Amino acid sequence: MMYRILKRENLNDTVTRLDVYAPYIAKKALAGQFVIVRANERGERIPLTIAACDRKNGAVSIIFQVVGATTMELNEKQEGDSVADFVGPLGTPTQLDGLKKVAVVGGGVGCAIALPVARALKERGAEVTSIAGFRNRELVILEDEFREVSSRFIMMTDDGSYGEQGNVCMPLNRLLEAGERFDEVITIGPLVMMKFVAKTTEPYHIKTVASMNPIMIDGTGMCGCCRVSVGGEMKFACIDGPDFDAHLIDFDEAMKRSKTYAPFEAQAREKHCNLYKKERN
Amino acid sequence: MSKFNMRPDKNPMPTQPPLVRNKNFEEVALGYSEEAAIDEAKRCLNCKNKPCVAACPVNVNIPEFIALAVEGKFEEAYEVISRTSSLPAVCGRVCPQETQCEGKCTRGIKGEPVAIGRLERFVADYHNQRSEQKTRAVVGNGHKVAVVGSGPAGLACAGDLARLGYEVTVFEALHTTGGVLVYGIPEFRLPKTIVEKEVQGLKDIGVKFVTDAVIGRLFTVEDLKSEYGFEAVFLGTGAGLPRFMGIRGESAKGVFSANEFLTRTNLMKAYQPDSATPMFPAKRVAVVGGGNVAMDAARSAKRLGAETVYIVYRRSEQELPARLEEIEHAKEEEIEFLFLTNPVEILTDAENNVKALKCVRMELGEPDASGRRRPVEKNGSEFELNVDCVILALGTSPNPLMKRTTVGLETKPHGEIIADENGRTSIEGVFAGGDVVTGSATVILAMGAGKTAAKAIHEYIQSE
Repeated sequence: MMYRILKRENLNDTVTRLDVYAPYIAKKALAGQFVIVRANERGERIPLTIAACDRKNGAVSIIFQVVGATTMELNEKQEGDSVADFVGPLGTPTQLDGLKKVAVVGGGVGCAIALPVARALKERGAEVTSIAGFRNRELVILEDEFREVSSRFIMMTDDGSYGEQGNVCMPLNRLLEAGERFDEVITIGPLVMMKFVAKTTEPYHIKTVASMNPIMIDGTGMCGCCRVSVGGEMKFACIDGPDFDAHLIDFDEAMKRSKTYAPFEAQAREKHCNLYKKERN
Repeated sequence: MSKFNMRPDKNPMPTQPPLVRNKNFEEVALGYSEEAAIDEAKRCLNCKNKPCVAACPVNVNIPEFIALAVEGKFEEAYEVISRTSSLPAVCGRVCPQETQCEGKCTRGIKGEPVAIGRLERFVADYHNQRSEQKTRAVVGNGHKVAVVGSGPAGLACAGDLARLGYEVTVFEALHTTGGVLVYGIPEFRLPKTIVEKEVQGLKDIGVKFVTDAVIGRLFTVEDLKSEYGFEAVFLGTGAGLPRFMGIRGESAKGVFSANEFLTRTNLMKAYQPDSATPMFPAKRVAVVGGGNVAMDAARSAKRLGAETVYIVYRRSEQELPARLEEIEHAKEEEIEFLFLTNPVEILTDAENNVKALKCVRMELGEPDASGRRRPVEKNGSEFELNVDCVILALGTSPNPLMKRTTVGLETKPHGEIIADENGRTSIEGVFAGGDVVTGSATVILAMGAGKTAAKAIHEYIQSE
């Protein structure tokens, strides 16, 4: 099967958005679900969360950061090109029922995944506070879109080059300390960030949900590679998640597991970069 | 020339030398020559009561095909097998013959049974190598059937229905068709070209295949019926959900389900240098379990460069559920067997890498529900196995996705879909067969269930 790329947009130097023609997925996908993508034949299967769906035009958007060989390959795709496989919608949709007041906390490219959740909440009439964190001003993505769906929007950068300086936990903590209460906090971003968001909300007993993005192969419950310890129980992110109770997730274990193939990935990245340089020369 | 060959032993199967093949992924068994096949076929006594036929899950008429092989009529022999089996080249390679046909062979009473599996394989390969795919034009009957899963059950069901004139669409969740034949069984035991040939054969008679289609998510079973006009749906989704032991350390880096390990090698071809899918660089591996999947994982690990590979099995050698041939091949390939040994904990370092597998010795006590003697822990027998990788081959359960997304589909506690002897489920027009009904079993049982369901689907649609 081949899936055509309808539109491509560079959100910043390392983050790309691709709108892929997959009308059946577009018809079914809900916030929080993901797709498995294989850029080319012989390529790796990687999970990417669905960033948006255009049901009318059959387009499913993915937003990814170029971090390794496979995302580099994907990033070489232009409008009109195709990806080899595009499987979904996978995973359990984010549970939004009954939520009236929610904080959505996104970090880096995780904001791309947090946005559809914030949007779905807004569409259901919930009051959304969005906190988005980036390393610096150059890396900021989707600010306008976030502002549009949020009743309050807080921008954070690590170096203070835009918005407030600091990490996403700081404004969250400030709000909680000031007596602000949320039905739920939903956090999507780097594991270490989600871990500390969970620590921030824990003393206030506010239900906190994290969207996990572990290594996967099939994405359908077959390999067990994506297992996450949640409250001491083994869960598969692909079918039981990707959302789990952040106060119960063993983030330290997840961080270690995410590095299983680090040496291989570094090597593949190197190899791919060299190939790319050669082609351009 | 005498009519029968009365030698007590089977004609040996030519193989790649063990210490050569444990470094490559080429097929281990090379197949009989025509002469060896005829010579072996002559060992069959053509018994009147045909115990082998009764012991075959799909009742292949074994003496009949072997009698034709004796005369060198291999195409005719293939036709005989094809009457009841959809996947002869596959079953000849992966069936546990010693507990089925060959286990009941009269020649096995004094000596070795006739090598029925090897003969089946020879006949099927002979056919596949020589015959052009004969595309028999089938007159369509205008009825649409959906088959979910392209493993042995789905392929068999799709083939039989297509030959009856049904318009069949097979939905496959992965990017490649074949199910467990592709992601589970390694190339060195079942070359993937054989599976491709089977799928191509079905395409030639009009079966449509849709890959990347996770039923339950992309389309529900209800969608297939009401929105897309399929009059019946066959669920052959297999048993893909891996089991873990529930011991400490299973989340460590270097611990894999056999499914993950085999999917990386077989489906994603991680053993080939140009594959983008990474493989864990294990040096000392413990595979827990004693079935075919455990043997496949152990032998794959060896081929991927592991220096030492153990099979850790809690019962004794007699209880090993794997095919005899796989056990023999594994031993020849220097896989080390630790019988009556049970893991109790996976020990890790500060970075959560596997450091060792802590085990206890077992002894056999009274028979349990399965009739096998129950292994009992020996007090104070704990020891550590120095490994950097643990692969768990403990069996699999059906994927819960189908149950979670199909309203009214009844299942057993472990997730097996409840179906009657014809494959009918609790939902009208929805049939199921293979591992998703029985729990992990064999290719031939799944194929047989697919064929049975095809017949039931035909009757169901014709009676509508």
